[in-house]
Amino acid sequence: MIHSLFLINPSGDVFLEKHWRRVVGRSVCDYFFEARERAGGPEDVPPVLQTPHHYLISIYRGGLFFLSVIQAEAPPLFVIEFLHRVAEMFQDYFGECSETVIKDNVVTVYELLEEMLDNGFPLATESNILKEMIRPPTILRTMVNTLTGTSNVGEKLPTGQLSTIPWRRSGVKYTNNEAYFDVIEEIDAIVDKSGTTVCAEIQGVIEACVKLSGMPDLTLSFMNPRLLDDVSFHPCVRFKRWESERVLSFIPPDGNFTLMTYHVSAQNLVAIPVYVKQSISFFESGSGGRLDLTVGPKQTMGKTVEGFVITIHMPKAVLSTNLTATQGSYTYDPTTKVLVWDIGRLNPQKLPNLRGSLSLQAGAPKPEDNPSLNIALKIQQLAISGLKVNRLDMYGEKYKPFKGVKYLTKAGKFQVRT
Amino acid sequence: MLNASNNTSYNDQGGAEAALEAGPDGTSNNSSAGGGVGPAGFGLFSTDFKKNDDLKEMLESNKESLKLEAMKRIVGLIAKGKNASELFPAVVKNVANKNIELKKLVYVYLVRYAEEQQDLALLSISTFQRALKDPNQLIRASALRVLSSIRVPIIVPIMMLAIKESASDMSPYVRKTSAHAIQKLYSLDPDQKEQLIEVIEKLLKDKSTLVAGSVVMAYEEVCPDRIDLIHKNYRKLCNLLMDVEEWGQVVILSMLTRYARTQFTSPWKEGVSFDENNEKAFYDSDSEEKKEEVEVKPYMMDPDHRLLLRNTKPLLQSRNTAVVMAVAQLYWHLAPTHEVGVVTKSLVRLLRSHREVQYVVLQNIATMSIQRKGMFEPYLKSFYVRSTDPTHIKTLKLEILTNLANEANISTILREFQTYVKSQDKAFAAATIQAIGRCATDISEVTDTCLNGLVLLLSNRDETVVAESVVVIKKLLQTQPSQHSDIIKHMAKLFDKITVAMARASILWLIGEYCERVPKIAPDVLRKMAKSFTTEEDIVKLQIVNLAAKLYLTNSKQTKLLTQYILNLGKYDQNYDIRDRTRFIRQLIVPNEKSGALSKYARRILLAPKPAPLLQSAFKDRDRFQLGTLSHSLNIKASGYLELSDWPAVAPDQSVRNVEVIEPVKEWVPTVGKAKPAKSEDKFYSDSDGDQEEDQGSKNSSSSSGDSSSSSSSRSGTEDSDEESSDASAKSSSQSEKSSSESETDQKKNKNKRNTKSKAKSKTVDSESEENNNGPVASSSSEDSSSSSSESSSDSDFGKGQKKSSSKSKPKVQVKEAQPKKEVSLLDLDDLTPTPLTTPKSAMYSPSLLSDLEGLSLSSISSPMQVNVPTFGPVKSHELLHHMSGKGLSARYSFPRQPFLYQPHMVHLQITLTNASDHLLEELHLGEHSPANLTLHRFNTIDQLEPQASVTVSMGIDFNDSTQAANFQLCTKEDKFSVSIQPVVGELLLPTSMTQQDFEKEQGKLLGMNETSATITMAVSHCSGAALNKQVLSIANLGEVITGQNNVHRFAGRTVSAGALVLVTVEQMETPGATVTVNTDKTVMASVLLKDLKQALASA
Repeated sequence: MIHSLFLINPSGDVFLEKHWRRVVGRSVCDYFFEARERAGGPEDVPPVLQTPHHYLISIYRGGLFFLSVIQAEAPPLFVIEFLHRVAEMFQDYFGECSETVIKDNVVTVYELLEEMLDNGFPLATESNILKEMIRPPTILRTMVNTLTGTSNVGEKLPTGQLSTIPWRRSGVKYTNNEAYFDVIEEIDAIVDKSGTTVCAEIQGVIEACVKLSGMPDLTLSFMNPRLLDDVSFHPCVRFKRWESERVLSFIPPDGNFTLMTYHVSAQNLVAIPVYVKQSISFFESGSGGRLDLTVGPKQTMGKTVEGFVITIHMPKAVLSTNLTATQGSYTYDPTTKVLVWDIGRLNPQKLPNLRGSLSLQAGAPKPEDNPSLNIALKIQQLAISGLKVNRLDMYGEKYKPFKGVKYLTKAGKFQVRT
Repeated sequence: MLNASNNTSYNDQGGAEAALEAGPDGTSNNSSAGGGVGPAGFGLFSTDFKKNDDLKEMLESNKESLKLEAMKRIVGLIAKGKNASELFPAVVKNVANKNIELKKLVYVYLVRYAEEQQDLALLSISTFQRALKDPNQLIRASALRVLSSIRVPIIVPIMMLAIKESASDMSPYVRKTSAHAIQKLYSLDPDQKEQLIEVIEKLLKDKSTLVAGSVVMAYEEVCPDRIDLIHKNYRKLCNLLMDVEEWGQVVILSMLTRYARTQFTSPWKEGVSFDENNEKAFYDSDSEEKKEEVEVKPYMMDPDHRLLLRNTKPLLQSRNTAVVMAVAQLYWHLAPTHEVGVVTKSLVRLLRSHREVQYVVLQNIATMSIQRKGMFEPYLKSFYVRSTDPTHIKTLKLEILTNLANEANISTILREFQTYVKSQDKAFAAATIQAIGRCATDISEVTDTCLNGLVLLLSNRDETVVAESVVVIKKLLQTQPSQHSDIIKHMAKLFDKITVAMARASILWLIGEYCERVPKIAPDVLRKMAKSFTTEEDIVKLQIVNLAAKLYLTNSKQTKLLTQYILNLGKYDQNYDIRDRTRFIRQLIVPNEKSGALSKYARRILLAPKPAPLLQSAFKDRDRFQLGTLSHSLNIKASGYLELSDWPAVAPDQSVRNVEVIEPVKEWVPTVGKAKPAKSEDKFYSDSDGDQEEDQGSKNSSSSSGDSSSSSSSRSGTEDSDEESSDASAKSSSQSEKSSSESETDQKKNKNKRNTKSKAKSKTVDSESEENNNGPVASSSSEDSSSSSSESSSDSDFGKGQKKSSSKSKPKVQVKEAQPKKEVSLLDLDDLTPTPLTTPKSAMYSPSLLSDLEGLSLSSISSPMQVNVPTFGPVKSHELLHHMSGKGLSARYSFPRQPFLYQPHMVHLQITLTNASDHLLEELHLGEHSPANLTLHRFNTIDQLEPQASVTVSMGIDFNDSTQAANFQLCTKEDKFSVSIQPVVGELLLPTSMTQQDFEKEQGKLLGMNETSATITMAVSHCSGAALNKQVLSIANLGEVITGQNNVHRFAGRTVSAGALVLVTVEQMETPGATVTVNTDKTVMASVLLKDLKQALASA
């Protein structure tokens, strides 16, 4: 399926290539560069491209392009999903997925890619199996390796691959047995000029960090599972139990993983935690404009809104800004035309306000459209949908684990139109 | 020795190359050696000018670490795409090295360069051949992997042999690797096809989930047309699917889609009322009922077809977007029309994923939404565009919004479009205008609105927007050539301001086309154009010529000279196209002696009525490709694309899929059992046994293993087999009509299966008593065998079972056998209280309890909170409609006291409809209801009700926490009966669990106005705690709060609709007096409830 992979940095250099079948020349990337030229930004490059002899499927992540070459019909999502897995694996191994880190660990990267695909077909994509075969680098290990000449390739053979629960390695042992679950919900919303909600929905994800010895069998139940409208699970979750009893029953992978993602049913009204009073106007003369933003909490269920950031992509004509913020700080980048107002914690007594004037490029026509505001925020200890974990039980092991659940609400794609 | 001599000779050659390479490579590699392989820091060597020589030196040294370091640097070179082929001889010598990492890196190198250095590569082959015989399966597999990756034609026979051997290896992992090797060998030497197909055929029979995905991949690549290979494995693949790794699932799904299209008849035929019934019939083992249906229904879904649809549905919940898409396309191409809807939600979910995933999914939704608007209409808002979306995502969303537009939602969509038109992204704004144009043509109601809106846009400041509007208006006017001369005039006025060529050309064309409607303006425009002709763009010039010609024909008096002037200008234009056009037009319209024949028809040629352009989706023709494919994404047939065939008119022989078996019991149980997700549990247990690999092998081959696995793996195994057997029996019965001979054998199978089933059951009981110390296992197996699988009861067992199971062992089993049919959990008998059962399903909870939970650091065993739902004995049922007044239809309703699934704020009602008449009642459904603001969830229409038959349906009513009666009509095909439900206040509640502390805290908040209390004299029979509880719970659906005190009983609940807390306290004074207190802010409710309670407790 997947013939070759090229990693391309923002300046358009191929800095890594890997072929699983016959070598495909680098020149194939030229078609991609052409498309890259044509597109406005890196995000606008079409993910699926056609060249005379090959098809190119690419993803853009962390400033890098992962460009794969295929020669025959293959489901594009298959390739895209795999490329994202590769990127996630790098993230998992090296802490970040950037050019420097990939170059620094080129051998490990190559070993990983070698194990992940065989003849272009995915072989081992579970992080647990891979980590058993190729240990992730740590500072200590790098030192030891340098001194003793040992390697980070596991002496052990990938037995996990043979297991029927490939996501968990055997013989896990911890002195402190802990299981943490983070229920993270994101609000996707569009709010229009007048403050009415155009559309809003809640997407949730349960991230788990499970460090338990042996082969624990966990059961997680919710107080109100009916809230969950559409769910997708990590392969470890027994779907049948969920269907019949609405409990999550699973043997967890070791370490961090995403247990489930869910969508909260549409009937439930979404509480929008904040409101924004805004007025952005440009003078008819075209010489400048005014901006006045006030934000305040709306339905926060008694919790504090933190990490409140408003990002505005200003029209091209806006040269500079002269604003004062009663709280937090703002920056305006005249090259990218992005105004960022970092408010931080929202104090209901004293509503933060940002006002001032915008100066426009001389002679430029008045911008047609007001820019929309993108909002980022966080609310700790609250799942906005009201989802609650009822209990977590463990079977199959004797010890008593330490368990914890954390709730967090974030703004996802939260946009206020002006 | 041979090695060495070879080396030297090649070294010389390599040396020359190295010298050539050294210059350009030297500098860049030095830096990378520092950074890339940094930690080791071989600065010493990197300063060396001919660094490839020092690599060679390092490789030939005796030190492992040096060799490894060298290999690392070489891999770094490969990764950068640098040529390192001259090091081949030095590297290949290390192929047999003991160090695993070194070996792996050598493999990487070998696979990369073997093709270029074929002779030398042969040196390594023997190492792999030896490794293929290694006792360790992983080493065998890795040897095969590398061996098959070496693209050297000479070793084809060796590879072939290795593949054949590995295909019958003990280890499924090695077999998987051999499936991969098949594709590699095929691409190296397509002549081996026949032999490879044999191997594929063999591997397709493999029952391991590890192998399935890979071998289907090989099948798709080598012989996708050999559909006959699939027949026998079809059912197995369907059943294994759930447990195959995710990538394999994608491949299998797409293969099965193609297969099904050749083997089954279309479920989309006209006039097929295919609904739940059919599916029910499939599960039903009653074959008589089945036969009747066959007579009625012209179309009968092949059970295998149904099997596929059923087994793939759970995969929609996969985290892998490719799997979800694969299932979606399978449903799209195979499922009956009304079932396709199940994929919608999952596809919409994928839109949350990465940008690239969105792109592909949106493309597919765009194609789907053209044919089936209804599928995505409820999710309209998910396709709203955000200003931060990349342009191609925006355009796709726009496309979908346009496809979804209909009379009902057009106003919403147009309002949304208004925002988009103002977007800073001008390409997107232009696309929006086109979309508006499409909406205008599709929905005639809004055509004028859209047209007016577009005309307004003509005064927009942005040129592209204006230009696009002009083009769209032109198309719209063409479809509606009525009295739009105003708009044409308006555009003519704007003409001077518009500079975009396409827009100018469009206006000119419009004026020319409708010149008779604007007789004054048209010649004037032509006059202006004559002046600026030379400076216009080509496309505009052509239209000027066109306009001139048309005016000449209709209004030659005013325009004759102008036209001739323009034609003269055109004659000497630089562009040959314009010159040609001018010449042609001149001959056509200006009468002269040479062109007599054609010029007569000039008017008819130029002013012929033109068909309106069709504004339609760019995705209109995409449905010729299978969804989810590369070809679909590109809208071009990709190489290797396999067409999806049309449904056959007559289904091919379906018996080809029957698997011949010597022992029928065996074949079904293990394979089919794997289909269920619970299998993973099964596996987990067997895994802990240690030798899962051997286990798998033996399970598949030995006949007794079906039983043994069920006994060893306790309940999950048995559960599977027993469910499947009933399933299978349904299957066999459905086939029985078609071929009687078959049915006989199948029946036999069934019998056998039933035996196993009963055997299995008895085992469940045994194992249960053994496993009593394990709470959940015991409780859920009890659920199995007592055949009551109501969600709540099983849930409830769960919490308690864990707490108490240690105390009981044998008695439990006996108890269960004594009352197998009651839904009451066996655990209750342990307690004296017969009432409360736990269920975590309730949506109600106390706030402070939740804050406790946030830590969740409570130990797993003792938890103070349990949520209660009383499954209170026989539920009282009330009359809704008497059969006398209902012309034979009688109805009774009851409150099952379970939360209503569809709408949480509705009260759940169960209505039992009985046909007491002697004729068939048809189309039972709910009619109008009052009061108007009453919301209720209707039950599905019941098609028919046989005489003396009865059916129970559930519905939900939102009483809005009042005791106001709900009135509605119960309708049959002929009649309508008005009925009314007067809710009992106690049924408007849902139980809540809380601790005593919480209770008191909440009670403290609900004092004064919100408290109602009364002192009563209790009937003696109710004085005991248990009896009192029972009496209270019979009145109201409350949860008992466990308290330490004997004389105080507390109950808590919430109103269904508003969720207001209702707290009831019964305090026993000296017998028989008692105080009943109700705390809630619903005061009316409180007083009614208090009255009811008083009555219940006082009466004997």
